[in-house]
Amino acid sequence: MHDMVAMLRQIQAIQFAAIELHLYLNTHPRDQRALEEYNELVCKLEQLEAEYTERYGMLYMLQQSGFPWEWNREPWPWDINYSA
Amino acid sequence: MWVYKKMLEYPADVTKPDPVFAKSLFSQFGGPDSELSAALRYFSQAWTMPIPEGKSTLISIGTEEMAHWEIVGTLIYKLIKGVPVEELVAAGLGAHYSQHDRALYPHDAAGVPWMAAYIQSLGDPIADIHEDLAAEEKARATYEHLIDQSRDPKVIDTLSFLRQREIVHFQRFGEVLDLLYDYLDKDRRDDKDHRKKPRK
Repeated sequence: MHDMVAMLRQIQAIQFAAIELHLYLNTHPRDQRALEEYNELVCKLEQLEAEYTERYGMLYMLQQSGFPWEWNREPWPWDINYSA
Repeated sequence: MWVYKKMLEYPADVTKPDPVFAKSLFSQFGGPDSELSAALRYFSQAWTMPIPEGKSTLISIGTEEMAHWEIVGTLIYKLIKGVPVEELVAAGLGAHYSQHDRALYPHDAAGVPWMAAYIQSLGDPIADIHEDLAAEEKARATYEHLIDQSRDPKVIDTLSFLRQREIVHFQRFGEVLDLLYDYLDKDRRDDKDHRKKPRK
């Protein structure tokens, strides 16, 4: 559980920076430096998420699943203690 | 369509249950300026937004608001989890318990169910974006009122994150407003009435 939460928090941190740049790019679509930073962050995020999925199961609805069906795996986001 | 991502956007923990604060926090779950209102307001406005920067901003921010709704719901869930019925009643959640037990339900801090009348989607992009700017400020003010009432550093940390997001969203909507004025000015130069809906 501790490792899972640590990984989730890492994903949250990088995802947050990506969201922030995503919103910025909506109104600044020609800011090339921001675009490059955004792409770098998303690349890192994809790597982390692939690692997370490998260990703890599906993160998105439409991903491949191992047996048995991974989407039912506990815990769901509201049952996690993030400070543990 | 939307794809659910099985994680919270930001950690949401509580030090200990606090039904009194949970009741106040319902303001951001199902109140007029709640995360739910924000998401549905922006999604509803997106269809008739004329400029690409506005469409993307409404969809992206609306999506982030749903993630915030999930965070607020998680805080309330943790704040009332395992709290005995007598304590819920003493905290003013007796009516909630009667109808919903400890389930989440979109009502405001006083128990009034969420309603679509809280939001507007007028089809006039200038009016709609002004509504969105006001909504972000009202949500920011609500988070400040909530932070004033909490003594739990974990709860305050999460609410501070949500408050900060309102400020960023306000900024992005302000940029959309500027872009809309440019777009409508161009329309007016083409001898069209800027008060009318832009034609393309």
